[in-house]
Amino acid sequence: METEELHWKAVRARVSRPRMGTIFYRLKFLLVFLLLVTLAFFPSCRSGRRGHSLVVAGSTSIQPFADKWAEVFMEKRPGEIVDVQGGGSSAGIQAVLTGAAHIGMSSRELKGDEKELYQIEVAHDGLAIIVHPSNPLDNLTIEQVKSIFLGEITTWETLNGQKKAITVVVREEGSGTRGAFQELVMGKSRITKKAIVQDSNGTVREIVSRDPNAIGFISLGLVNDSVKALALNGVKPTEEAILKKEYKLVRPFLFLTRETPSGLAREFIDFVLSDEIQELVHKEGLIPVRRGSRPEGSR
Amino acid sequence: MTKLEKNDRLVRLGLLMIALSAISVLAIITLFIFEQGTPIMFRYGFKSFLLGQDWYPSEKSFGLLPMIVGSLMVTFGALIIGVPLGLASAIFLTEFSHRRLTRILKPVIELLAGIPSVVYGFIGLMFLVPFIRDNFGGPGLSVLAASLILGIMILPTVISIAIDSIRAVPDSYREGSIALGATRWQTVRMVVLPAARSGIIAGIILGMGRAIGETMAVIMVAGNAADIPGSILAPVRTLTSNIALEMAYASGEHREALFATGVILFIIIMILNTIANVTSTRQRKK
Repeated sequence: METEELHWKAVRARVSRPRMGTIFYRLKFLLVFLLLVTLAFFPSCRSGRRGHSLVVAGSTSIQPFADKWAEVFMEKRPGEIVDVQGGGSSAGIQAVLTGAAHIGMSSRELKGDEKELYQIEVAHDGLAIIVHPSNPLDNLTIEQVKSIFLGEITTWETLNGQKKAITVVVREEGSGTRGAFQELVMGKSRITKKAIVQDSNGTVREIVSRDPNAIGFISLGLVNDSVKALALNGVKPTEEAILKKEYKLVRPFLFLTRETPSGLAREFIDFVLSDEIQELVHKEGLIPVRRGSRPEGSR
Repeated sequence: MTKLEKNDRLVRLGLLMIALSAISVLAIITLFIFEQGTPIMFRYGFKSFLLGQDWYPSEKSFGLLPMIVGSLMVTFGALIIGVPLGLASAIFLTEFSHRRLTRILKPVIELLAGIPSVVYGFIGLMFLVPFIRDNFGGPGLSVLAASLILGIMILPTVISIAIDSIRAVPDSYREGSIALGATRWQTVRMVVLPAARSGIIAGIILGMGRAIGETMAVIMVAGNAADIPGSILAPVRTLTSNIALEMAYASGEHREALFATGVILFIIIMILNTIANVTSTRQRKK
Protein backbone atom coordinates (compact mmCIF):
# COMPACT_ATOMS: atom_id res chain seq x y z
CA MET A 1 0.00 0.00 0.00
CA GLU A 2 2.67 2.41 1.03
CA THR A 3 4.71 1.96 -2.10
CA GLU A 4 1.64 2.47 -4.23
CA GLU A 5 0.95 5.81 -2.59
CA LEU A 6 4.51 6.87 -3.09
CA HIS A 7 4.21 5.97 -6.72
CA TRP A 8 1.09 8.10 -7.05
CA LYS A 9 2.89 11.08 -5.63
CA ALA A 10 5.66 10.65 -8.07
CA VAL A 11 3.21 10.48 -10.94
CA ARG A 12 1.41 13.62 -9.76
CA ALA A 13 4.64 15.49 -9.46
CA ARG A 14 5.49 14.52 -12.99
CA VAL A 15 2.09 15.43 -14.37
CA SER A 16 1.85 18.84 -12.74
CA ARG A 17 5.36 20.09 -13.38
CA PRO A 18 5.03 21.61 -16.85
CA ARG A 19 2.30 24.16 -16.09
CA MET A 20 2.91 27.64 -17.43
CA GLY A 21 6.22 26.59 -18.83
CA THR A 22 4.73 24.42 -21.53
CA ILE A 23 3.42 27.21 -23.70
CA PHE A 24 6.68 29.11 -23.61
CA TYR A 25 8.54 25.90 -24.08
CA ARG A 26 6.49 25.17 -27.19
CA LEU A 27 6.91 28.69 -28.49
CA LYS A 28 10.63 28.44 -28.02
CA PHE A 29 10.63 25.16 -29.85
CA LEU A 30 8.65 26.67 -32.68
CA LEU A 31 11.02 29.63 -32.91
CA VAL A 32 14.08 27.41 -33.03
CA PHE A 33 12.40 25.31 -35.70
CA LEU A 34 11.54 28.33 -37.82
CA LEU A 35 15.05 29.64 -37.44
CA LEU A 36 16.47 26.34 -38.62
CA VAL A 37 14.17 26.31 -41.62
CA THR A 38 15.17 29.80 -42.68
CA LEU A 39 18.81 28.94 -42.19
CA ALA A 40 18.39 25.88 -44.35
CA PHE A 41 16.96 27.96 -47.16
CA PHE A 42 19.30 30.89 -46.76
CA PRO A 43 22.29 29.62 -48.72
CA SER A 44 20.13 28.71 -51.69
CA CYS A 45 18.52 32.15 -51.70
CA ARG A 46 21.88 33.78 -51.71
CA SER A 47 23.40 31.71 -54.45
CA GLY A 48 20.25 32.11 -56.50
CA ARG A 49 20.60 35.84 -56.37
CA ARG A 50 24.30 36.10 -56.93
CA GLY A 51 24.64 33.97 -60.05
CA HIS A 52 22.28 32.94 -62.80
CA SER A 53 20.76 29.54 -62.59
CA LEU A 54 20.13 27.36 -65.60
CA VAL A 55 17.76 24.43 -65.35
CA VAL A 56 18.50 21.53 -67.67
CA ALA A 57 16.03 18.65 -67.45
CA GLY A 58 15.01 15.52 -69.32
CA SER A 59 16.35 12.20 -70.56
CA THR A 60 17.95 10.10 -67.88
CA SER A 61 20.21 8.67 -70.58
CA ILE A 62 21.75 12.09 -71.07
CA GLN A 63 21.58 13.16 -67.44
CA PRO A 64 24.77 11.50 -66.15
CA PHE A 65 26.76 13.01 -69.02
CA ALA A 66 25.13 16.42 -68.68
CA ASP A 67 25.95 16.34 -64.98
CA LYS A 68 29.63 16.14 -65.83
CA TRP A 69 29.40 18.82 -68.49
CA ALA A 70 27.67 21.11 -66.01
CA GLU A 71 30.34 20.40 -63.43
CA VAL A 72 33.14 21.43 -65.80
CA PHE A 73 31.13 24.45 -66.90
CA MET A 74 30.58 25.62 -63.32
CA GLU A 75 34.27 25.17 -62.54
CA LYS A 76 35.14 27.51 -65.38
CA ARG A 77 32.39 29.98 -64.60
CA PRO A 78 32.18 30.41 -60.84
CA GLY A 79 28.91 31.94 -59.78
CA GLU A 80 26.87 30.35 -62.52
CA ILE A 81 24.63 27.48 -61.52
CA VAL A 82 23.61 24.73 -63.91
CA ASP A 83 21.01 22.49 -62.36
CA VAL A 84 20.72 19.17 -64.20
CA GLN A 85 17.59 17.12 -63.53
CA GLY A 86 16.28 13.80 -64.82
CA GLY A 87 12.68 12.85 -65.48
CA GLY A 88 12.92 11.32 -68.92
CA SER A 89 12.78 12.64 -72.46
CA SER A 90 9.05 13.31 -72.46
CA ALA A 91 9.25 15.12 -69.15
CA GLY A 92 12.17 17.17 -70.46
CA ILE A 93 10.21 18.19 -73.54
CA GLN A 94 7.25 19.11 -71.36
CA ALA A 95 9.50 21.09 -69.04
CA VAL A 96 10.81 23.22 -71.89
CA LEU A 97 7.36 23.74 -73.34
CA THR A 98 6.00 24.93 -70.00
CA GLY A 99 9.11 26.93 -69.17
CA ALA A 100 9.95 24.83 -66.11
CA ALA A 101 13.38 24.19 -67.63
CA HIS A 102 15.59 26.39 -69.79
CA ILE A 103 17.03 23.48 -71.70
CA GLY A 104 15.30 20.15 -72.24
CA MET A 105 17.15 16.95 -72.95
CA SER A 106 15.68 14.32 -75.23
CA SER A 107 17.21 11.06 -76.32
CA ARG A 108 14.52 10.44 -78.91
CA GLU A 109 13.49 12.28 -82.05
CA LEU A 110 10.76 14.83 -81.53
CA LYS A 111 7.29 14.10 -82.82
CA GLY A 112 4.31 16.20 -83.83
CA ASP A 113 3.94 19.44 -81.89
CA GLU A 114 7.25 18.90 -80.18
CA LYS A 115 9.01 19.84 -83.42
CA GLU A 116 8.14 23.45 -82.61
CA LEU A 117 11.11 23.41 -80.27
CA TYR A 118 14.57 24.54 -81.24
CA GLN A 119 16.79 21.46 -81.21
CA ILE A 120 20.54 21.05 -81.06
CA GLU A 121 22.27 17.68 -81.42
CA VAL A 122 25.01 17.47 -78.80
CA ALA A 123 26.02 13.84 -79.26
CA HIS A 124 24.90 10.50 -80.64
CA ASP A 125 24.36 7.36 -78.70
CA GLY A 126 24.39 3.94 -80.26
CA LEU A 127 22.30 1.03 -79.05
CA ALA A 128 24.26 -2.18 -78.73
CA ILE A 129 22.71 -5.63 -78.87
CA ILE A 130 24.64 -7.54 -76.24
CA VAL A 131 25.11 -11.21 -75.41
CA HIS A 132 27.23 -13.19 -72.98
CA PRO A 133 30.96 -13.21 -73.94
CA SER A 134 30.88 -17.01 -74.23
CA ASN A 135 28.20 -16.85 -76.93
CA PRO A 136 29.78 -17.97 -80.26
CA LEU A 137 27.46 -15.65 -82.17
CA ASP A 138 28.98 -12.48 -83.64
CA ASN A 139 26.40 -11.15 -86.02
CA LEU A 140 22.63 -10.94 -86.37
CA THR A 141 20.40 -9.32 -88.94
CA ILE A 142 18.03 -6.67 -87.69
CA GLU A 143 15.17 -9.01 -88.69
CA GLN A 144 16.59 -11.74 -86.48
CA VAL A 145 16.90 -9.31 -83.57
CA LYS A 146 13.30 -8.32 -84.13
CA SER A 147 12.10 -11.94 -84.18
CA ILE A 148 13.97 -12.65 -80.96
CA PHE A 149 12.45 -9.70 -79.16
CA LEU A 150 9.03 -10.49 -80.64
CA GLY A 151 9.29 -13.91 -79.05
CA GLU A 152 9.18 -15.74 -82.39
CA ILE A 153 12.67 -17.18 -82.07
CA THR A 154 12.85 -18.63 -78.57
CA THR A 155 15.97 -20.83 -78.70
CA TRP A 156 19.54 -20.27 -79.82
CA GLU A 157 19.42 -23.37 -82.04
CA THR A 158 18.93 -21.69 -85.42
CA LEU A 159 21.32 -18.90 -84.48
CA ASN A 160 24.35 -20.58 -82.94
CA GLY A 161 23.46 -24.24 -82.74
CA GLN A 162 22.95 -24.41 -78.99
CA LYS A 163 19.69 -25.98 -77.86
CA LYS A 164 19.15 -23.42 -75.14
CA ALA A 165 16.21 -21.13 -74.49
CA ILE A 166 16.95 -17.46 -75.10
CA THR A 167 16.65 -15.16 -72.09
CA VAL A 168 15.44 -11.85 -73.49
CA VAL A 169 16.28 -8.85 -71.30
CA VAL A 170 14.71 -5.45 -71.97
CA ARG A 171 14.22 -2.07 -70.30
CA GLU A 172 10.95 -0.98 -68.71
CA GLU A 173 8.13 0.80 -70.50
CA GLY A 174 8.73 4.53 -70.73
CA SER A 175 12.52 4.42 -70.69
CA GLY A 176 14.34 6.24 -73.47
CA THR A 177 16.51 3.26 -74.30
CA ARG A 178 13.46 1.03 -74.73
CA GLY A 179 11.77 3.76 -76.73
CA ALA A 180 14.76 3.97 -79.05
CA PHE A 181 14.87 0.19 -79.45
CA GLN A 182 11.13 0.06 -80.09
CA GLU A 183 11.41 2.72 -82.74
CA LEU A 184 14.63 1.53 -84.41
CA VAL A 185 14.04 -2.22 -84.37
CA MET A 186 10.51 -3.21 -83.44
CA GLY A 187 8.50 -0.60 -85.30
CA LYS A 188 4.85 -1.16 -84.45
CA SER A 189 5.34 -4.70 -83.10
CA ARG A 190 5.27 -5.51 -79.42
CA ILE A 191 8.24 -6.74 -77.45
CA THR A 192 7.41 -10.17 -76.00
CA LYS A 193 5.73 -10.28 -72.61
CA LYS A 194 8.08 -13.05 -71.54
CA ALA A 195 11.05 -10.70 -71.62
CA ILE A 196 12.80 -9.97 -68.36
CA VAL A 197 12.47 -6.29 -67.51
CA GLN A 198 15.13 -4.22 -65.76
CA ASP A 199 15.07 -0.55 -64.92
CA SER A 200 18.59 0.52 -65.86
CA ASN A 201 21.26 -0.07 -68.49
CA GLY A 202 23.57 -1.29 -65.75
CA THR A 203 21.28 -4.06 -64.53
CA VAL A 204 20.57 -5.22 -68.09
CA ARG A 205 24.32 -5.51 -68.64
CA GLU A 206 24.76 -7.23 -65.30
CA ILE A 207 22.17 -9.88 -66.12
CA VAL A 208 23.45 -10.49 -69.64
CA SER A 209 27.02 -10.78 -68.31
CA ARG A 210 25.93 -13.52 -65.92
CA ASP A 211 23.53 -15.51 -68.07
CA PRO A 212 25.12 -17.40 -71.00
CA ASN A 213 21.75 -17.53 -72.78
CA ALA A 214 20.77 -13.89 -72.42
CA ILE A 215 20.42 -11.17 -75.01
CA GLY A 216 19.68 -7.53 -74.31
CA PHE A 217 20.19 -3.98 -75.51
CA ILE A 218 22.02 -1.12 -73.79
CA SER A 219 23.57 2.20 -74.59
CA LEU A 220 26.70 1.69 -76.70
CA GLY A 221 28.71 3.86 -74.33
CA LEU A 222 28.08 1.42 -71.50
CA VAL A 223 29.33 -1.73 -73.25
CA ASN A 224 32.36 -3.18 -71.49
CA ASP A 225 34.33 -6.42 -71.45
CA SER A 226 31.71 -8.25 -69.40
CA VAL A 227 29.42 -8.52 -72.44
CA LYS A 228 29.75 -8.88 -76.20
CA ALA A 229 28.22 -6.34 -78.56
CA LEU A 230 26.94 -8.00 -81.73
CA ALA A 231 27.42 -6.74 -85.28
CA LEU A 232 24.15 -5.96 -87.05
CA ASN A 233 23.74 -6.86 -90.71
CA GLY A 234 27.50 -7.39 -90.64
CA VAL A 235 28.29 -3.91 -89.32
CA LYS A 236 30.09 -3.67 -86.02
CA PRO A 237 28.96 -0.89 -83.68
CA THR A 238 32.00 1.34 -84.07
CA GLU A 239 32.22 5.10 -84.16
CA GLU A 240 33.10 5.19 -87.87
CA ALA A 241 30.18 2.97 -88.76
CA ILE A 242 27.89 5.24 -86.81
CA LEU A 243 29.20 8.46 -88.34
CA LYS A 244 28.87 6.87 -91.79
CA LYS A 245 25.31 5.89 -90.82
CA GLU A 246 26.06 2.26 -91.58
CA TYR A 247 25.24 1.05 -88.09
CA LYS A 248 21.53 1.58 -87.78
CA LEU A 249 20.80 1.58 -84.07
CA VAL A 250 21.71 5.16 -83.27
CA ARG A 251 19.75 7.81 -81.44
CA PRO A 252 20.44 11.51 -81.03
CA PHE A 253 21.09 13.29 -77.77
CA LEU A 254 19.17 16.53 -78.19
CA PHE A 255 19.19 19.79 -76.27
CA LEU A 256 15.92 21.66 -76.68
CA THR A 257 14.98 25.27 -76.11
CA ARG A 258 11.74 27.12 -76.67
CA GLU A 259 13.36 30.02 -78.48
CA THR A 260 16.68 30.42 -80.23
CA PRO A 261 19.03 29.89 -77.30
CA SER A 262 20.37 33.05 -75.72
CA GLY A 263 22.18 34.15 -72.59
CA LEU A 264 23.37 31.48 -70.25
CA ALA A 265 21.58 28.72 -72.16
CA ARG A 266 23.44 29.72 -75.32
CA GLU A 267 26.74 29.77 -73.44
CA PHE A 268 26.15 26.34 -71.98
CA ILE A 269 25.16 24.83 -75.32
CA ASP A 270 28.19 26.36 -77.05
CA PHE A 271 30.32 25.02 -74.24
CA VAL A 272 28.93 21.51 -74.70
CA LEU A 273 29.64 21.74 -78.43
CA SER A 274 33.19 22.96 -77.81
CA ASP A 275 36.12 20.69 -78.61
CA GLU A 276 36.88 20.20 -74.95
CA ILE A 277 33.48 18.76 -74.08
CA GLN A 278 33.12 16.86 -77.33
CA GLU A 279 36.43 15.23 -76.44
CA LEU A 280 34.90 14.28 -73.09
CA VAL A 281 31.82 12.97 -74.88
CA HIS A 282 34.10 10.77 -76.94
CA LYS A 283 35.96 9.51 -73.89
CA GLU A 284 32.73 8.52 -72.21
CA GLY A 285 31.71 6.23 -75.02
CA LEU A 286 29.29 8.50 -76.84
CA ILE A 287 29.74 9.60 -80.41
CA PRO A 288 30.52 13.32 -80.69
CA VAL A 289 28.69 15.40 -83.27
CA ARG A 290 31.06 16.15 -86.11
CA ARG A 291 33.74 18.50 -84.86
CA GLY A 292 34.06 22.01 -86.16
CA SER A 293 30.50 22.16 -87.41
CA ARG A 294 28.16 24.89 -86.26
CA PRO A 295 25.25 23.84 -84.13
CA GLU A 296 22.43 22.83 -86.40
CA GLY A 297 19.05 24.03 -85.41
CA SER A 298 15.68 23.67 -86.94
CA ARG A 299 12.42 25.25 -86.10
CA MET B 1 -11.92 21.36 -11.81
CA THR B 2 -8.49 20.94 -10.30
CA LYS B 3 -5.33 21.87 -12.07
CA LEU B 4 -4.46 18.23 -12.43
CA GLU B 5 -7.72 17.41 -14.15
CA LYS B 6 -7.26 20.35 -16.47
CA ASN B 7 -3.84 19.15 -17.32
CA ASP B 8 -5.15 15.71 -17.93
CA ARG B 9 -7.69 17.05 -20.36
CA LEU B 10 -5.06 19.04 -22.13
CA VAL B 11 -2.88 15.98 -22.51
CA ARG B 12 -5.82 13.98 -23.77
CA LEU B 13 -6.66 16.67 -26.31
CA GLY B 14 -3.06 16.87 -27.44
CA LEU B 15 -2.80 13.14 -27.89
CA LEU B 16 -6.12 13.09 -29.72
CA MET B 17 -4.84 15.70 -32.16
CA ILE B 18 -1.63 13.79 -32.77
CA ALA B 19 -3.53 10.56 -33.29
CA LEU B 20 -5.95 12.29 -35.66
CA SER B 21 -3.11 13.81 -37.65
CA ALA B 22 -1.56 10.38 -38.10
CA ILE B 23 -4.89 8.98 -39.26
CA SER B 24 -5.56 11.95 -41.51
CA VAL B 25 -2.22 11.44 -43.24
CA LEU B 26 -3.39 7.91 -43.99
CA ALA B 27 -6.72 9.24 -45.20
CA ILE B 28 -5.05 11.81 -47.43
CA ILE B 29 -2.77 9.19 -48.97
CA THR B 30 -5.73 6.92 -49.61
CA LEU B 31 -7.75 9.74 -51.13
CA PHE B 32 -4.82 10.81 -53.29
CA ILE B 33 -4.20 7.31 -54.65
CA PHE B 34 -7.87 6.83 -55.47
CA GLU B 35 -8.21 10.30 -56.93
CA GLN B 36 -5.23 9.69 -59.22
CA GLY B 37 -5.88 6.06 -60.01
CA THR B 38 -9.61 5.58 -60.45
CA PRO B 39 -10.43 7.97 -63.35
CA ILE B 40 -8.39 5.94 -65.81
CA MET B 41 -10.04 2.74 -64.58
CA PHE B 42 -13.46 4.17 -65.34
CA ARG B 43 -12.26 5.43 -68.71
CA TYR B 44 -10.99 2.05 -69.87
CA GLY B 45 -13.28 -0.14 -67.81
CA PHE B 46 -12.63 -1.93 -64.56
CA LYS B 47 -12.64 -5.27 -66.30
CA SER B 48 -9.84 -4.41 -68.71
CA PHE B 49 -7.64 -3.55 -65.74
CA LEU B 50 -8.44 -6.56 -63.61
CA LEU B 51 -8.61 -9.19 -66.34
CA GLY B 52 -6.48 -7.72 -69.13
CA GLN B 53 -3.36 -9.76 -69.73
CA ASP B 54 -1.38 -7.25 -71.78
CA TRP B 55 0.60 -4.52 -70.07
CA TYR B 56 1.77 -2.13 -72.80
CA PRO B 57 1.07 1.29 -71.31
CA SER B 58 2.61 3.14 -74.26
CA GLU B 59 -0.04 1.51 -76.47
CA LYS B 60 -2.87 2.19 -74.01
CA SER B 61 -3.10 -1.40 -72.95
CA PHE B 62 -3.29 -1.61 -69.18
CA GLY B 63 -3.98 -5.23 -68.21
CA LEU B 64 -2.90 -5.82 -64.63
CA LEU B 65 -3.84 -9.50 -64.32
CA PRO B 66 -0.23 -10.75 -64.69
CA MET B 67 0.86 -8.49 -61.84
CA ILE B 68 -2.10 -9.42 -59.63
CA VAL B 69 -1.39 -13.12 -60.16
CA GLY B 70 2.33 -12.41 -59.70
CA SER B 71 1.86 -10.67 -56.35
CA LEU B 72 -0.37 -13.45 -55.06
CA MET B 73 1.98 -16.21 -56.27
CA VAL B 74 5.07 -14.64 -54.78
CA THR B 75 3.36 -13.88 -51.47
CA PHE B 76 1.93 -17.39 -51.25
CA GLY B 77 5.36 -18.80 -52.09
CA ALA B 78 6.95 -16.70 -49.36
CA LEU B 79 4.43 -18.03 -46.84
CA ILE B 80 5.05 -21.64 -47.91
CA ILE B 81 8.74 -21.13 -47.22
CA GLY B 82 8.64 -18.69 -44.32
CA VAL B 83 5.83 -20.05 -42.14
CA PRO B 84 7.04 -23.62 -41.52
CA LEU B 85 10.61 -22.40 -41.00
CA GLY B 86 9.52 -19.59 -38.74
CA LEU B 87 7.13 -21.69 -36.71
CA ALA B 88 9.68 -24.45 -36.26
CA SER B 89 12.29 -21.96 -35.08
CA ALA B 90 9.85 -20.36 -32.68
CA ILE B 91 8.82 -23.73 -31.20
CA PHE B 92 12.44 -24.77 -30.83
CA LEU B 93 13.49 -21.52 -29.22
CA THR B 94 10.64 -21.49 -26.70
CA GLU B 95 10.06 -25.13 -25.88
CA PHE B 96 13.18 -27.12 -26.64
CA SER B 97 16.30 -24.99 -26.62
CA HIS B 98 18.47 -24.07 -23.69
CA ARG B 99 17.45 -20.75 -22.22
CA ARG B 100 20.91 -19.31 -22.76
CA LEU B 101 20.89 -20.32 -26.41
CA THR B 102 17.52 -18.62 -26.86
CA ARG B 103 18.91 -15.49 -25.28
CA ILE B 104 21.60 -15.40 -27.96
CA LEU B 105 19.54 -16.57 -30.93
CA LYS B 106 16.45 -14.41 -30.53
CA PRO B 107 18.23 -11.05 -30.89
CA VAL B 108 20.16 -12.47 -33.84
CA ILE B 109 16.91 -13.37 -35.57
CA GLU B 110 15.49 -9.95 -34.81
CA LEU B 111 18.59 -8.45 -36.34
CA LEU B 112 17.55 -10.07 -39.63
CA ALA B 113 14.62 -7.66 -39.71
CA GLY B 114 17.03 -4.74 -39.66
CA ILE B 115 18.84 -5.74 -42.84
CA PRO B 116 17.73 -3.43 -45.68
CA SER B 117 15.75 -5.19 -48.37
CA VAL B 118 18.16 -4.09 -51.07
CA VAL B 119 20.82 -6.23 -49.38
CA TYR B 120 18.54 -9.26 -49.48
CA GLY B 121 17.91 -8.54 -53.15
CA PHE B 122 21.59 -8.18 -53.89
CA ILE B 123 22.49 -11.44 -52.18
CA GLY B 124 19.65 -13.10 -54.05
CA LEU B 125 20.88 -11.75 -57.36
CA MET B 126 24.48 -12.76 -56.72
CA PHE B 127 24.01 -16.24 -55.27
CA LEU B 128 20.45 -17.49 -55.44
CA VAL B 129 19.67 -16.52 -59.04
CA PRO B 130 22.77 -18.18 -60.59
CA PHE B 131 22.16 -21.22 -58.39
CA ILE B 132 18.61 -21.60 -59.68
CA ARG B 133 19.69 -20.98 -63.28
CA ASP B 134 22.47 -23.58 -63.13
CA ASN B 135 20.58 -26.26 -61.23
CA PHE B 136 16.94 -25.93 -62.23
CA GLY B 137 17.11 -24.13 -65.57
CA GLY B 138 15.34 -21.02 -66.78
CA PRO B 139 16.76 -17.53 -66.40
CA GLY B 140 17.10 -17.84 -62.63
CA LEU B 141 15.20 -14.61 -62.12
CA SER B 142 11.96 -16.30 -61.13
CA VAL B 143 8.98 -16.84 -58.88
CA LEU B 144 11.12 -19.31 -56.95
CA ALA B 145 13.93 -16.82 -56.32
CA ALA B 146 11.49 -14.11 -55.22
CA SER B 147 9.58 -16.51 -52.95
CA LEU B 148 12.77 -17.75 -51.31
CA ILE B 149 14.08 -14.27 -50.63
CA LEU B 150 10.72 -13.07 -49.33
CA GLY B 151 10.34 -16.22 -47.26
CA ILE B 152 13.59 -15.39 -45.50
CA MET B 153 12.65 -11.73 -45.17
CA ILE B 154 9.42 -12.50 -43.32
CA LEU B 155 11.12 -14.93 -40.92
CA PRO B 156 11.96 -12.39 -38.18
CA THR B 157 8.36 -11.15 -38.10
CA VAL B 158 6.87 -14.63 -37.99
CA ILE B 159 9.39 -15.94 -35.47
CA SER B 160 9.39 -13.13 -32.95
CA ILE B 161 5.61 -12.82 -32.83
CA ALA B 162 5.22 -16.60 -32.60
CA ILE B 163 7.75 -16.69 -29.75
CA ASP B 164 5.88 -14.00 -27.85
CA SER B 165 2.54 -15.71 -28.25
CA ILE B 166 3.93 -19.14 -27.33
CA ARG B 167 5.53 -17.63 -24.25
CA ALA B 168 2.22 -16.08 -23.29
CA VAL B 169 0.69 -19.55 -22.88
CA PRO B 170 0.61 -20.14 -19.09
CA ASP B 171 2.98 -22.79 -17.79
CA SER B 172 0.09 -24.45 -15.96
CA TYR B 173 -1.17 -25.65 -19.38
CA ARG B 174 2.12 -27.38 -20.08
CA GLU B 175 2.31 -28.80 -16.55
CA GLY B 176 -1.22 -30.15 -16.86
CA SER B 177 -0.44 -31.79 -20.16
CA ILE B 178 2.80 -33.33 -18.95
CA ALA B 179 1.07 -34.53 -15.78
CA LEU B 180 -1.37 -36.40 -18.00
CA GLY B 181 1.56 -38.27 -19.50
CA ALA B 182 2.00 -36.35 -22.74
CA THR B 183 5.49 -35.99 -24.17
CA ARG B 184 7.00 -32.59 -24.80
CA TRP B 185 6.16 -32.66 -28.50
CA GLN B 186 2.60 -33.82 -27.78
CA THR B 187 2.27 -30.97 -25.33
CA VAL B 188 3.46 -28.48 -27.91
CA ARG B 189 1.27 -29.87 -30.66
CA MET B 190 -1.95 -30.37 -28.72
CA VAL B 191 -1.81 -27.75 -25.98
CA VAL B 192 0.64 -24.93 -26.60
CA LEU B 193 0.13 -24.32 -30.31
CA PRO B 194 -3.69 -24.27 -30.19
CA ALA B 195 -3.52 -21.87 -27.24
CA ALA B 196 -1.08 -19.58 -29.04
CA ARG B 197 -2.94 -19.85 -32.32
CA SER B 198 -4.33 -16.33 -32.69
CA GLY B 199 -0.96 -14.76 -31.95
CA ILE B 200 0.77 -17.01 -34.44
CA ILE B 201 -1.80 -16.17 -37.10
CA ALA B 202 -1.32 -12.48 -36.39
CA GLY B 203 2.41 -12.94 -37.00
CA ILE B 204 1.73 -14.72 -40.27
CA ILE B 205 -0.57 -11.90 -41.36
CA LEU B 206 2.10 -9.33 -40.62
CA GLY B 207 4.61 -11.42 -42.54
CA MET B 208 2.19 -11.66 -45.46
CA GLY B 209 1.80 -7.89 -45.40
CA ARG B 210 5.54 -7.49 -45.59
CA ALA B 211 5.81 -9.99 -48.44
CA ILE B 212 3.11 -8.42 -50.60
CA GLY B 213 4.44 -4.92 -49.98
CA GLU B 214 8.12 -5.67 -50.52
CA THR B 215 9.45 -4.06 -53.66
CA MET B 216 13.19 -3.59 -53.93
CA ALA B 217 14.30 -7.15 -53.25
CA VAL B 218 11.60 -8.49 -55.54
CA ILE B 219 12.54 -6.21 -58.43
CA MET B 220 16.10 -7.47 -58.20
CA VAL B 221 15.39 -11.20 -58.28
CA ALA B 222 11.98 -11.67 -59.92
CA GLY B 223 12.83 -10.75 -63.53
CA ASN B 224 9.74 -8.52 -63.79
CA ALA B 225 8.26 -9.95 -66.99
CA ALA B 226 4.68 -8.67 -67.24
CA ASP B 227 3.37 -12.12 -68.02
CA ILE B 228 1.51 -14.73 -65.98
CA PRO B 229 4.30 -17.14 -65.02
CA GLY B 230 3.94 -20.61 -66.51
CA SER B 231 6.08 -22.23 -63.83
CA ILE B 232 7.93 -21.30 -60.67
CA LEU B 233 11.08 -20.94 -62.77
CA ALA B 234 9.55 -18.24 -64.97
CA PRO B 235 10.05 -14.54 -64.28
CA VAL B 236 7.23 -12.66 -62.60
CA ARG B 237 6.22 -9.07 -61.89
CA THR B 238 4.37 -8.00 -58.76
CA LEU B 239 2.10 -4.98 -58.38
CA THR B 240 4.64 -3.14 -56.26
CA SER B 241 7.45 -3.78 -58.74
CA ASN B 242 5.24 -2.58 -61.54
CA ILE B 243 4.95 0.80 -59.86
CA ALA B 244 8.58 1.10 -58.83
CA LEU B 245 9.98 -0.10 -62.16
CA GLU B 246 8.12 2.31 -64.35
CA MET B 247 7.46 5.37 -62.21
CA ALA B 248 10.72 7.03 -63.27
CA TYR B 249 9.60 7.80 -66.80
CA ALA B 250 5.85 7.45 -66.61
CA SER B 251 3.78 10.43 -67.63
CA GLY B 252 0.17 11.04 -68.56
CA GLU B 253 -1.99 7.94 -68.72
CA HIS B 254 0.94 5.67 -68.00
CA ARG B 255 1.38 7.45 -64.68
CA GLU B 256 -2.33 7.21 -63.96
CA ALA B 257 -2.19 3.50 -64.71
CA LEU B 258 0.56 3.13 -62.12
CA PHE B 259 -1.70 4.81 -59.59
CA ALA B 260 -4.43 2.40 -60.67
CA THR B 261 -1.94 -0.36 -59.85
CA GLY B 262 -1.68 1.21 -56.42
CA VAL B 263 -5.47 1.21 -56.06
CA ILE B 264 -5.65 -2.49 -56.87
CA LEU B 265 -2.80 -3.27 -54.49
CA PHE B 266 -4.63 -1.31 -51.81
CA ILE B 267 -7.84 -3.25 -52.39
CA ILE B 268 -6.05 -6.62 -52.37
CA ILE B 269 -4.30 -5.80 -49.10
CA MET B 270 -7.61 -4.69 -47.56
CA ILE B 271 -9.27 -7.94 -48.63
CA LEU B 272 -6.42 -10.09 -47.31
CA ASN B 273 -6.34 -8.22 -44.01
CA THR B 274 -10.09 -8.50 -43.58
CA ILE B 275 -10.02 -12.24 -44.26
CA ALA B 276 -7.15 -12.63 -41.82
CA ASN B 277 -8.84 -10.56 -39.13
CA VAL B 278 -12.13 -12.40 -39.48
CA THR B 279 -10.49 -15.81 -39.26
CA SER B 280 -8.38 -14.87 -36.26
CA THR B 281 -11.31 -13.42 -34.31
CA ARG B 282 -13.38 -16.47 -35.14
CA GLN B 283 -10.65 -18.65 -33.76
CA ARG B 284 -10.53 -16.60 -30.61
CA LYS B 285 -14.26 -16.99 -30.08
CA LYS B 286 -13.93 -20.75 -30.18
